[in-house]
Amino acid sequence: MLVNANGLDFRALNDAIRRAGGKVELTGCLGQRFICAGMSDVEVAIDGVPGNALGAYLNGGTITVSGNAQDAVGDTMNAGEIVIGGNVGDAVGYAMRGGKIFVRGDAGYRAGIHMKAYEDKIPVIVVGGCTGSFLGEYQAGGLIVVLGLSGRRIVGNFPCTGMHGGKMILRSDCRGIAFPDQVTSREATEEDLVGIRQYVREYCARFGENEEKVMDSPFTVVTPDSSNPYKRLYVAN
Amino acid sequence: MEREGSIRIPSGCAIAAVISREGKRMTGEAIIGAMKPMHDRSNGLGGGFAGYGIYPEYRDLYAFHLFFDCRDTRKACEAMLKEHYEIVKGEVIPTRKIPAITDEPLIWRYFVTPLKSVLADLQLDEKEFVARTVMKINTELSGAYVFSSGKNMGTFKAVGYPEDVGVFYRLDEYEGYSWTAHGRYPTNTPGWWGGAHPFALLDFSIVHNGEISSYDANRRFIEMFGYKCNLQTDTEVITYILDYLVRRQGLSLTEAANVIAAPFWSTIENKTDEYERRKLQYLRTVFPSLLVTGPFSIVLGFTGGLMALNDRLKLRSMVVGEKDDRVFIASEEAAIRAMEPEARGICAPAGGEPVVVRVKEGAY
Repeated sequence: MLVNANGLDFRALNDAIRRAGGKVELTGCLGQRFICAGMSDVEVAIDGVPGNALGAYLNGGTITVSGNAQDAVGDTMNAGEIVIGGNVGDAVGYAMRGGKIFVRGDAGYRAGIHMKAYEDKIPVIVVGGCTGSFLGEYQAGGLIVVLGLSGRRIVGNFPCTGMHGGKMILRSDCRGIAFPDQVTSREATEEDLVGIRQYVREYCARFGENEEKVMDSPFTVVTPDSSNPYKRLYVAN
Repeated sequence: MEREGSIRIPSGCAIAAVISREGKRMTGEAIIGAMKPMHDRSNGLGGGFAGYGIYPEYRDLYAFHLFFDCRDTRKACEAMLKEHYEIVKGEVIPTRKIPAITDEPLIWRYFVTPLKSVLADLQLDEKEFVARTVMKINTELSGAYVFSSGKNMGTFKAVGYPEDVGVFYRLDEYEGYSWTAHGRYPTNTPGWWGGAHPFALLDFSIVHNGEISSYDANRRFIEMFGYKCNLQTDTEVITYILDYLVRRQGLSLTEAANVIAAPFWSTIENKTDEYERRKLQYLRTVFPSLLVTGPFSIVLGFTGGLMALNDRLKLRSMVVGEKDDRVFIASEEAAIRAMEPEARGICAPAGGEPVVVRVKEGAY
């Protein structure tokens, strides 16, 4: 069903999506926040620029955006998929606890900040381009994959600050990138690559990239260093 | 109602800007439109705009915009001005009565020039004298507040949502080569007309989204140089810092940005360019009290250009885009698309990385 977002505020827009049910094509979107927040089993395709916190608390279904999205996409999402055809702003996947986010282009600062995981709930973010500073800040779980296909430096300053769980895989040898002492970065093994293959395949299928070409590159794996935890970071007690 | 300066409450906001690099003049309609999709970023307690190139017929005169609480204050202020200035024109700033904007003070503007004899007597340059006049009125004349004091530019602000404030001030009837806008969500002060953004001194104006944590450290330093932070709002101090660094210390805009959003020492140490590294070290060492910490994204307006800047940690969003001769800056891409659906090259500058856009020489 077609929903024209023009002139609707976020409440009216979400009501219209709920009423429509099933497949929704949203046109004329311009900055409305909280689209599909807390919804389950939606299938929404968005044309235009969705506002902040797109798919916050999403609990299933798929949101597809043809172009760019703004800040905090998938904030605290629990399940489902969000697919962004352009770039995203800051804090994509903020505190995400399940589901998948695919970003074709670049992500801003603090992608994957405070992602977490529990048993079978393992959130995944795949960024095709590069990311800003503080990638995976306070990451506690889940998987962040950055492919660096936009050709610039794959990540800004201070990646993995405060990271204490989960895994990050960057398609780069990461030479010249400084990671904090509390994480370990190493060249990816065959096993690591097998682990991300399905996500790379999905990314390539969605956005028309060549999977073999994308995989034919050095990859770096970053995980917390459990032998060097954050003891006495703030107080010596 | 309590006013700025009388209470401090422990921010969200929206900013937007547009400039024509060719100096083509635009009405205020587009910038008002930019604020509509960002409505929810403000709470109706402040909105404002700055337009540059809007008073070409008085381009050599300082345009003072003032709020007065009553007629007597206005008379007193005019008497004070007449001692040192030639007042070429004084008039009520035209407004539209709309239900969304109420309780307006008296809003006047004066096109003035300081008397040559006064400047010669005091041995002060013109801009310094005008800045001191603004400080004097805002500090000593209770009930009067100068909220704009540059040449061929003006700020317009009120309590209300920005899209209503723009209609109230009839900005569709002005044409400028650049515009900035702000929607306010005051968190530290109650929200009075004077506390809305932009904050302006001479031709510098600031719109700001954020809440700086270094306010008092910055205030203590800047007040040593004659600036008076009367309103207790963080944006006021940023305005004075930039005036101090750029006008009085002669720093370039990029250098000033490197003072207020200085890179981390570790980032400076890793700079491979020796000259750049030493310069960054120098700026941090000479002006440590002007480091602005905490979240901010600002747009500085000045004669002939704009500068956008994020705090070094980039705790606020800001995007830039362009189309033909125009460059757009906003808290959200949606605001840029509202001004120009076909805007290209949408990107988010990194924290501490100033974006300076200038109108070509001679076109403003």
